[in-house]
Amino acid sequence: MRDAIEWMVGGQQGEGVDSTGELFAKTLVRYGLSVSTYKQFMSRIKGGHTNYKIKATKDRNYYAGDGIDILLCLDKETYHVNEEALNEAAVVIQDGKELIVENCTTTFGIAYTKFTLPLKKIATEIGNPLAKNMISLGIAAGLLELPDDQFHSFIADIFQKKGAEVIDSNKRAFSKGVALTKEYLQAQIDPLSLPAASSQLFISGNEATGFGSLMAGVRFLSAYPITPASEIMEWLSKELPKVGGTVMQVEDEIAGICFAIGASYSGARAMTSTSGPGLSLKTEALGLAGMSEVPIVIVNSQRGGPSTGLPTKHEQSDLNQMIFGTHGEIPRIVLSPATIEDAFYLAAESFNLAEICQCPVIVALDLGLSMNKMTVPAFDTDRVVIDRGKLLTAEEAKAYNETHFKRYRFTGDGISPRPLPGMPHAVHTTSSNEHDENGYISEEPQNRTKMMRKRLEKTRGATIQEPLKLQESGTKNDLLLVGMGSTYGIIKEAVEELNKEGAITASHLHIQQLYPLPVAELQQIIQEREVVTVENNYQGQLLQLLKLHMPIHGQAKAVTQYDGNPFTVRAIVRQVKELISWQH
Amino acid sequence: MATLKDLRGDQPTWCPGCGHFSIMAGIQKAIIQLGYDPHEVAIISGIGCSGKVSEYVRTNGFHTIHGRSLPVAQGVKMGNPALKVIASGGDGDGYGIGVGHFVHASRRNIDMTYIVMDNNIYGLTKGQTSPRSDHGFVTTTTKDGNKEYPVDPIATSVANGATFVAQGFAGDIKQMTEIIRRAIEHSGFSHVNIYSPCVTFNKVNTYDFYKERLTPIAAPFDDRDKALATIREYDGLVTGVIYEEKRDDFQRKLNVDFDMQSCVSGTMDDDLFRKIEKQFQ
Repeated sequence: MRDAIEWMVGGQQGEGVDSTGELFAKTLVRYGLSVSTYKQFMSRIKGGHTNYKIKATKDRNYYAGDGIDILLCLDKETYHVNEEALNEAAVVIQDGKELIVENCTTTFGIAYTKFTLPLKKIATEIGNPLAKNMISLGIAAGLLELPDDQFHSFIADIFQKKGAEVIDSNKRAFSKGVALTKEYLQAQIDPLSLPAASSQLFISGNEATGFGSLMAGVRFLSAYPITPASEIMEWLSKELPKVGGTVMQVEDEIAGICFAIGASYSGARAMTSTSGPGLSLKTEALGLAGMSEVPIVIVNSQRGGPSTGLPTKHEQSDLNQMIFGTHGEIPRIVLSPATIEDAFYLAAESFNLAEICQCPVIVALDLGLSMNKMTVPAFDTDRVVIDRGKLLTAEEAKAYNETHFKRYRFTGDGISPRPLPGMPHAVHTTSSNEHDENGYISEEPQNRTKMMRKRLEKTRGATIQEPLKLQESGTKNDLLLVGMGSTYGIIKEAVEELNKEGAITASHLHIQQLYPLPVAELQQIIQEREVVTVENNYQGQLLQLLKLHMPIHGQAKAVTQYDGNPFTVRAIVRQVKELISWQH
Repeated sequence: MATLKDLRGDQPTWCPGCGHFSIMAGIQKAIIQLGYDPHEVAIISGIGCSGKVSEYVRTNGFHTIHGRSLPVAQGVKMGNPALKVIASGGDGDGYGIGVGHFVHASRRNIDMTYIVMDNNIYGLTKGQTSPRSDHGFVTTTTKDGNKEYPVDPIATSVANGATFVAQGFAGDIKQMTEIIRRAIEHSGFSHVNIYSPCVTFNKVNTYDFYKERLTPIAAPFDDRDKALATIREYDGLVTGVIYEEKRDDFQRKLNVDFDMQSCVSGTMDDDLFRKIEKQFQ
């Protein structure tokens, strides 16, 4: 009986790799398993190696895993690209002229079983040449002894529109795969233990971000298509019209943020979504939102930079741009969800903070979190309560009794009551120029000084519910691994692995509020401890940020990876050990 | 109903004699003639001398950044479809740094008005060539004369699908006010280019220059080719409403029952949550 399965399908882009992976993942979800996935793909429509990785476990997992137990090869490249990841006793399934079962060893000395079979021929005999991937799924299900009924009902659901014959032939293909396993791979069968059914969602970071935004009352999104953020726009363009809102695909990235600033100014909860190159283009308008004190949420799903960089690969190298980007100095908040459920809650919280502080909020996703689906516990709608900050009703605005409403009124906390254009008795001026309380241009030094303080001190004390996620080992003087974004699950497992090995004891801190950084809490946690940041960029931008705020120069190092792929647990463990042995 | 006094905002700082004063007056008069209260209107401006109009006219105003009045203004209209939205900027703002937005706003046809104060020069930065400067025009950055040819704004908006295109002259407030009034009344994207002499830096395109050359168009064309041919025939030196077409604006075409501002502080909509959650189960 096994507690976990790591499965991968690989092939040329356009061969159904994605749909096969998604189908298998969704079926595993139906069995109540905790499922994490990772898609590798290239910046082209057809061709090029692509793969879909799944890890399914009885207990909650947060990472699609380092290894592979079952590898389905739809092309020759799949085996070579992924050979290093094969686990002991793995099964590799590939198309071939004849049916052969072989015991093999990888170039890394790992024993595995290679199962070659004429998939297309068998599928044709069954009556549906397109069902060859379904035979392979049957083989996987056979190896894991997954009950047939869920699989059959799922096949019926997905091929519902294609008619009874397609459903039947796919069921036959699936059953054929199960039968072939029983006949040829009896020794390799190791059933997967299944949990009791639970209410969980299978969702990507992009979808969770869109969903959280929608629940927070977003009504307008303007954006320009860009990988890996486009899904946010696509998902919301389906949902927003149902609630009286809309998505606009506009002419460029600058329009993307400017439309949203306009819509937010006139009263809608509004957002834009983008990736690094888009954020670069948006930075002047980011300053506009900061200066004019218009709330706005910008979702930045990071990918491999700089310039066009690695458009379909994972990286976390926009941290500096998100925190420091734009000329001059503006108030801003930068949040970075660690998991997919955090993406839902942080999206919702970002709209609150944007309106409470009347400033831009950047939600930092990365490709790993954005594009991959994972099972998460059902979301809790009571956790985030919508708070529109100092937004005035028409009656409240009228009570000020001003001919020209002072939009930038000085207040104790720097946040001015905000009427909306269209409200009688609240005509007001909003401006990107330095301005006085009326919003009129002012270059007067005393006013300038006061206005700068008003704006830049607004975000003081701004916080989300869970700015830091901390998993302490409980051992004194242990090593603290610090990460952000989608590395959460990987670092979590790396820490577990280090603690299991025992040579190094480690704890795990994940920072969800990157700016303003919760320095007091961080100091409490970090103190005299040795710190290793784990981040997907060259410069160690998270380490630099921590050093900027805390005197940890002698005690902090970074483990980095910037090759376009997410970390593996193995890579983190190895690099941490190297770093520590070199230091001591 | 609003009076001129109601529509006066901050004290203008334009040079005495600047064409922008007349255009501001034209906007104010048009708003009065149409019977709007200041709170029903939002003027969204770009950067340059022209950009200050959002502070000088007392309606809701948003002084944005260089070249971006159009995307912000269209967003404002999306966020509150009940507002009367006017975007305004200069020729550098709208036909230089922001020209991309101008082309797309023309084809998108959101119900709003775009007024460009065209003085054929960069004034606020003290006299550089603009995308509207004539070939051969001498400025601080084109000492041997401009080697480029000017953008043709009204032909651009006609060619790209704007449903109302007009041109005015700051030296003829009566005609200009009438044009602006009709532009605001028009349902869809209305583009008004207004020749607005820069008395300090442009010694060529003066009030007299335009008085001698402009030809009024009697009635708008409803055929884009004819409008373009006429613009070409007069080398762009025409005034009046040049093109007008009745077509559903962008928001009407979306066919959404807009509910942009109903989000209130309080708990999330649980019914909506349950409905959407099913997609991911």
